[in-house]
Amino acid sequence: MTWNTLQTALAAHNYVASDDLSVALHLALSLERPLLLEGAAGVGKTEIARTLSLTQGTKLIRLQCYEGLDASQAIYEWNYQRQLLTIRSAAEDGETGKAVEDRIFSREFLLERPLLAAITQDAPPVLLIDEIDRADEEFEAYLLEVLSDYQVSVPELGTIKATCKPIVILTSNGTRDLSDALRRRCLYTYVEYPDRATELAILQARCPEVEAHLAAQIIGFVQKLREEELEKTPGIAEMLDFAAALMGLGIADLTDDPAVLQSTLTTLLKTQSDQAQITSEVAARIAGKAA
Amino acid sequence: MSRVTRFASRDPGPAARVVGFIAHLRDNGLRLGVAEADLGLTALTHVNAAAPDECRRVLRAICTGSKEEADQFDALFDSYWMDAGRVKQRIIPKLHAAMTDDAHSSRDGKGEDASASGTSTTPDTEDGEADSDGTGKLIATEQRNLSRRDLRDLVRGEEIAEAEAIARRMGAALRDKRSRRRIAARKGDRLHFRKTIRRSLSTGGEPLRLMRKRRPDRTRKIVALCDVSGSMSVYAQVFLAFLAGLMRADKDTDAYLFHTRLVRITEALRDKDTMRAIGRMSLMANGFGGGSKIGPSLQRFADTYAKRFVDGRSVVLILSDGCDTEPAEHIAAALTKLKKRGCKMVWLNPLKGWRDYAPVAGGMAAALPHLDLFQAANTLDDLAALEPELAAL
Repeated sequence: MTWNTLQTALAAHNYVASDDLSVALHLALSLERPLLLEGAAGVGKTEIARTLSLTQGTKLIRLQCYEGLDASQAIYEWNYQRQLLTIRSAAEDGETGKAVEDRIFSREFLLERPLLAAITQDAPPVLLIDEIDRADEEFEAYLLEVLSDYQVSVPELGTIKATCKPIVILTSNGTRDLSDALRRRCLYTYVEYPDRATELAILQARCPEVEAHLAAQIIGFVQKLREEELEKTPGIAEMLDFAAALMGLGIADLTDDPAVLQSTLTTLLKTQSDQAQITSEVAARIAGKAA
Repeated sequence: MSRVTRFASRDPGPAARVVGFIAHLRDNGLRLGVAEADLGLTALTHVNAAAPDECRRVLRAICTGSKEEADQFDALFDSYWMDAGRVKQRIIPKLHAAMTDDAHSSRDGKGEDASASGTSTTPDTEDGEADSDGTGKLIATEQRNLSRRDLRDLVRGEEIAEAEAIARRMGAALRDKRSRRRIAARKGDRLHFRKTIRRSLSTGGEPLRLMRKRRPDRTRKIVALCDVSGSMSVYAQVFLAFLAGLMRADKDTDAYLFHTRLVRITEALRDKDTMRAIGRMSLMANGFGGGSKIGPSLQRFADTYAKRFVDGRSVVLILSDGCDTEPAEHIAAALTKLKKRGCKMVWLNPLKGWRDYAPVAGGMAAALPHLDLFQAANTLDDLAALEPELAAL
């Protein structure tokens, strides 16, 4: 498979990937390396993992990182309730000591969390580690160990070896710098906001019912809006919401009614000062330019 | 295809060329090793390596690790592979060339800067006024200084060690904001009874898992912006050592230099070899000692990096004299924007140490209402004396 076929396969599932991203994905697949994606919020970093799992026909396993994420939520945890019930019922049956202990510390009682689940599948799944920059640095170090050895050691059970190497995709919004060790082990791509043609293709793939004229207007409007000095620049997801809102209101042309346009801006502008800055006159002017 | 670099006929082959390219990137500040060269070669077998664009994408995915590096990569790629058909004679640089390289630490190297009479790591004089070619101008200058200045001339290793100790204490003073309340934590010092009892319900009333709590560390991140324009160059020695020390004391610190442009030096300062870190920094601070555009630089900071790295737990430390060539409104607007992110703002001004100093410079006056602390600092001792004030923030 070349990267072009991968790009076409992604496009068949409504994901328009840039050449850079396709090459990087292709390399990640063929070299079996994790791929680190950075970029502003809403440029489709998470979506690429979902689409990749569709094209590969495999499961998507997602680990959402947050501050304070620990091993029991990321790797494994014992099923305490079941263990307790088993101990009680074993006591009633007269079963004792070692036999019970062996039984309650078996795989049956182990709750698999995303990382363990990802390495014990039959077919290699897509493992999405989302917003890795939110997790603590200790977790980053632990993740490195799992990703390089592909094994997890459980003290009561021994080491669980991987049955397959997952396709790992890490995303980061850049709220803190990641460690050099992690960056070194991953391939890297910075995902930019798409250009006009790409974004138009995305809109047409996702919302085919939008007319060509309106679609061009929407993309022109959003692209112009990104050039304004905003606190939160609208991403692709916001652009799609905006298109859906316009469709729902049955608007055929952006320049028709400034009041309606202003009311639909709630899908694009997400802070109070941004909304105050883009008044209906400004919006009308941008729409006029975009048309 | 005529743009592609041609290689001399005695060239040992494509593998050596890729290794040479990795060395080229390494010379330009990217941190790459043998593993990347190996991976790069393997990766090129997976695509059509004869197409320049595909090579570029493949090598970019492998050799870069951050947005800054990715932005830099294209130019480096062009300079090595797209040298307009010129024949490249030697692919792998000679070893001794690397030893005297600009970015390499050479403690006994002779200073070859026109202005310096001492060795490259020792300034001319000991009293902190190492800069000899300026006349200590205190007005902001328009012109950009295009001459390269090696910052290693200004900073000595011992000073960094001293600054590191001070920075560590200052960092601790800023950081240790203990909360009185305790929150749930895995390795707490006390038991969290409410959580333990609640949790015991699911195990039939047996408190199998003891939940714990502790006082959380309210860590504060220091973001330092240092002015290295002409008017500040006499103080640069102190402040650069201080930045390097700050970085060593706490790796979460974020550091920037500005004169007419803003440069992020966090990555460069992370280098373990102190003098090499300063060397890398001087490569980045091209234009050092030139004019000052404080307002636009701060605005650029507020619009770009601050969105990612500054939050309510940050302390923004500005080291500048406030002499700006641009209108003062820029500074006010930038600081208002920064303040909205909820950070504490500290301005350390070397001029404030002077007798009869009043913050009359337009920029400084505009900045004052936004600052949480405005203090003098022109020597390391002054910085050390700031500790109690910072602790009280």
